[in-house]
Amino acid sequence: MVFHSILFAKSEDRIKEETLEPPDFFVDLNLDQIIDAITAGKQEYNLKPFFYTPLKDIDAIEYRHEILQDLENRTLFENIKLFAQKMRAIREQLAQAEKLYYKYQKESWFVDAVEVYCDAVNCLVHDLSLVNLKSRGFLAFCEYITNYAKSDRFTLLLAETEQLKSHLSAVRYCLLIKGNKIQVRKYDSEVDYSAEVEKTFEKFKQGAVKDYRVEFPNWPDMNPVEAKILDLVARLYPDVFSSLDNYCVKHSDYLAETIGVFDREFQFYVAYLEFIAMFKRAGLNFCYPKVSNTCKEVYDHEGFDLALAYKLISENSSIVCNDFYLKGKERILVVSGPNQGGKTTFARTFGQLHYLASIGCLVPGREAQLFLFNRLFTHFEKEENIKDLRGKLEDDLVRIYRILNQATPNCIIILNELFTSTTLKDALSLSKQIMERIIQLDLLCVWTTFVDELASFSEKTVSVVSTVVPENPALRTFKIVRRPADGLAYAISIAERYQLTYDRLQERIKS
Amino acid sequence: MKAFLMYKDRDFDLQRQPPPNEQDLIQDLELNTLFNAMAHGDEFLYEVAKKAISFSLDDLDTILYRQNTLKDCLKNSPIIKAIYDISVEAIENEKKVYWGIFSKYPSTILHRSIEVLQMFVGMLKKLKSITDEQANKFESEGFIRFFSMLNKELSDEYFASIQDHLKKLKFPYGVLISAELGKGNKGIHYILRKSDKPQSWIQQIFTEKPLVYTFYISPRDENGARALSELRDRGINLVANALIQSTDHIVSFFTMLRTELAFYIGCMNLHEQLVRMGEPVSFPQPVAPDERRHSFKKLYDVCLTLTKKQKIVGNNLNADNKELMIITGANQGGKSTFLRSIGLVQLMMQCGMFVPAESFCANICDGLFTHYKREEDAAMESGKLAEELSRMSDIVDNIRSNSMLLFNESFAATNEREGSEIARQIVSALLEKRVEVFFVTHLYEFARGFYDKKTENAVFLRAERQADGRRTFKIIEGEPLQTSYGEDLYHRIFG
Repeated sequence: MVFHSILFAKSEDRIKEETLEPPDFFVDLNLDQIIDAITAGKQEYNLKPFFYTPLKDIDAIEYRHEILQDLENRTLFENIKLFAQKMRAIREQLAQAEKLYYKYQKESWFVDAVEVYCDAVNCLVHDLSLVNLKSRGFLAFCEYITNYAKSDRFTLLLAETEQLKSHLSAVRYCLLIKGNKIQVRKYDSEVDYSAEVEKTFEKFKQGAVKDYRVEFPNWPDMNPVEAKILDLVARLYPDVFSSLDNYCVKHSDYLAETIGVFDREFQFYVAYLEFIAMFKRAGLNFCYPKVSNTCKEVYDHEGFDLALAYKLISENSSIVCNDFYLKGKERILVVSGPNQGGKTTFARTFGQLHYLASIGCLVPGREAQLFLFNRLFTHFEKEENIKDLRGKLEDDLVRIYRILNQATPNCIIILNELFTSTTLKDALSLSKQIMERIIQLDLLCVWTTFVDELASFSEKTVSVVSTVVPENPALRTFKIVRRPADGLAYAISIAERYQLTYDRLQERIKS
Repeated sequence: MKAFLMYKDRDFDLQRQPPPNEQDLIQDLELNTLFNAMAHGDEFLYEVAKKAISFSLDDLDTILYRQNTLKDCLKNSPIIKAIYDISVEAIENEKKVYWGIFSKYPSTILHRSIEVLQMFVGMLKKLKSITDEQANKFESEGFIRFFSMLNKELSDEYFASIQDHLKKLKFPYGVLISAELGKGNKGIHYILRKSDKPQSWIQQIFTEKPLVYTFYISPRDENGARALSELRDRGINLVANALIQSTDHIVSFFTMLRTELAFYIGCMNLHEQLVRMGEPVSFPQPVAPDERRHSFKKLYDVCLTLTKKQKIVGNNLNADNKELMIITGANQGGKSTFLRSIGLVQLMMQCGMFVPAESFCANICDGLFTHYKREEDAAMESGKLAEELSRMSDIVDNIRSNSMLLFNESFAATNEREGSEIARQIVSALLEKRVEVFFVTHLYEFARGFYDKKTENAVFLRAERQADGRRTFKIIEGEPLQTSYGEDLYHRIFG
């Protein structure tokens, strides 16, 4: 198998045009926060396009799953990270070489960069050979890089680098400084005078004493005096320095393109795995979802909202997991129940899970089966926009109209509190009509609503409700469970907690 | 080069953490009076006396080593004072040499070090000449070693070689530095090399000339001059460090010499005062920690003598093979003074000093502890008995077999029965663990209880009271009495 990419099974899967624009639903689902957190600190790899582009077929997802499964081997994962660190070091060295002024300095930094490159390649070949790889991606890459390391191009590069380095490190010279005069000559085994002086006074040695050695600044660049000396050293050792010049011309294109691409694309996995590691440490589960583009039976056990969990972990708060499933003809989860009970979070979780599955990643939960959508739509409440010159209700309707116009049966739609700015009666009748359309399209849907009647609309709808602690209705559990909608909003309990009930207000408000 | 006058084979460490009970000892045994007598108003002598007495020795050899060294000092006090003065002068002079302490330049460091070393050479030469003239007057192992060490290390040739280095380090022929290529082909591993006098032109003709390139920094090129002097500084960084560290080492040599002599100077000061008052002093005879010896003649409380500035009554005792000493008897009869003299003499013996007694022989103890009645806790944080017990508990954390513990009216902050019972339990446990206990007490039940057991290893002492109520301030052997004659005191005061 010929190696194309560690991210894409087939070369035609490659993203044609890398986009820096996130999909429309990103903000609604808080996926923007998640991807920002994942890619933080990895700007140099420009990973966002990979996270912004869902895959279109099951095989492409499995290709990534296989690689992730290989990476469960910690040693392999750490070794490739080490490789990545070396590649990063190379870029830093070359960037430094760019900034320097004197030729022999630039050249020295270049040789060092290439030396790191050779080492990175050889180590990776060696490390991969020790691992029992299973994924198509890694097997192909391993074959590619092994052959590359054996190629004339690479072996020659390595040999010349080593030889040059050893010649350079053998250069020894002496400076004689007197007044403003400097003499430069080869070193001729003159005695170390500091050691001799130290020996003379050795008998006075008592205990440990302070170190008075002055730390000199170690800038990468040189001052003109150092540069002048280096030029003269080059004249003392003409062969070494002319071979340095030749080397740099000859090997300017040392980097194999495939390896450069691998280095970047692999960071997709590093970024994601390192991100989810923090949740695993907090005891949360991730799993490889079963993904299908035909079966609309979906479920997830112990899932959670990744964006919320990210925030809660940093605050050391506990995280509540939730389950859901849709069986048989069930397509629509209607979420009702007390406010601030986790309804929106539940809806977001559903969307996040499907999106993460679509880019071939592990998803929150112990076990999951998810649907590979061709498009995902969300409708969350927007702030009123004065420029639109539309009322809020009208805006709701316009947006939902556009969504339903584009939707096909392979889409997922997530609706959060439609029609809040009208009477309950209106909301009910409008909602029913929208529901009809969704059912007709056979869409997978999550709909959070205060309109309880929607929950028992048809055999395709499933009622789930946010729950409270029975003994103390003011306490939310943030658990969403399958249960008929009971019409209690529990808002009264929150009011009590804040002493805002009728009775309390009568007492509190002074006459 | 080490002075080694306090220990045969190691330095006297002034920085050592004092034992946790140092403050208690100072307070309970009035040690400040002793320190002051040794210090004669000199803060440094005070500090050293305090440390030397706090860090009790626990091996016979070192105690005897110091005793012998001290005997030499008492015999040759002018010489000892002269050596002490040299060490003080060397240390003071070093501080006077100008020192941009924040100097970041090896050349400055080097320059100053050369100056300081010149001064030290002078001081060391003085020390050497004392050695040459006076060494034969000393008999102790410590001083014989000290003077022969000076004789061996400070030869004329050695002084000459130092002078030679100090001259070369002014670099009359330029600074020769070797280097290698490091990261980015910048010079690294700058090492100062020995540069010889340039060859004469005749020699140059006959030797093969190595390839040498020369260039000059223009006098107007300030950046170039700065770069050049930095390069020169890189070259002499190590040698400057080596040289200034050598000056530090010599300072520590003189400091150590001064510190160790300071102890003996302190002893000499004390000796002079006691002899002037006509009090007896003698070198004690220590025996191993696991033996139980306590016999002395005319043992007096040195702090009381020093405070009263007059001769006081001494006590005699022969209490070998005893582990428990319970002292009861008349109020104001000298019990506390006696207990203090027991503690003081032990500390003085165990730092290698002479002792305030005509003769004294005792076993070394592995840590001396005191548990005295204290003023009411000012912070009101704990009741008095609780405070006492808490202190007792701290002591128990640190005490061990062969330690010595002095109780002075402990556990009296409750009724006699309870106090006795507490004391009984504590003391019984201590004896079990082979801790030596000296207990001044009015707790009759406690004292009587041990007396009636007639244990072999206990001795009972009483402050003497004559029939007419007069105190002799003598401590004599005798069974515990139920009264402490507090009435006497009452009568004396109320008449």
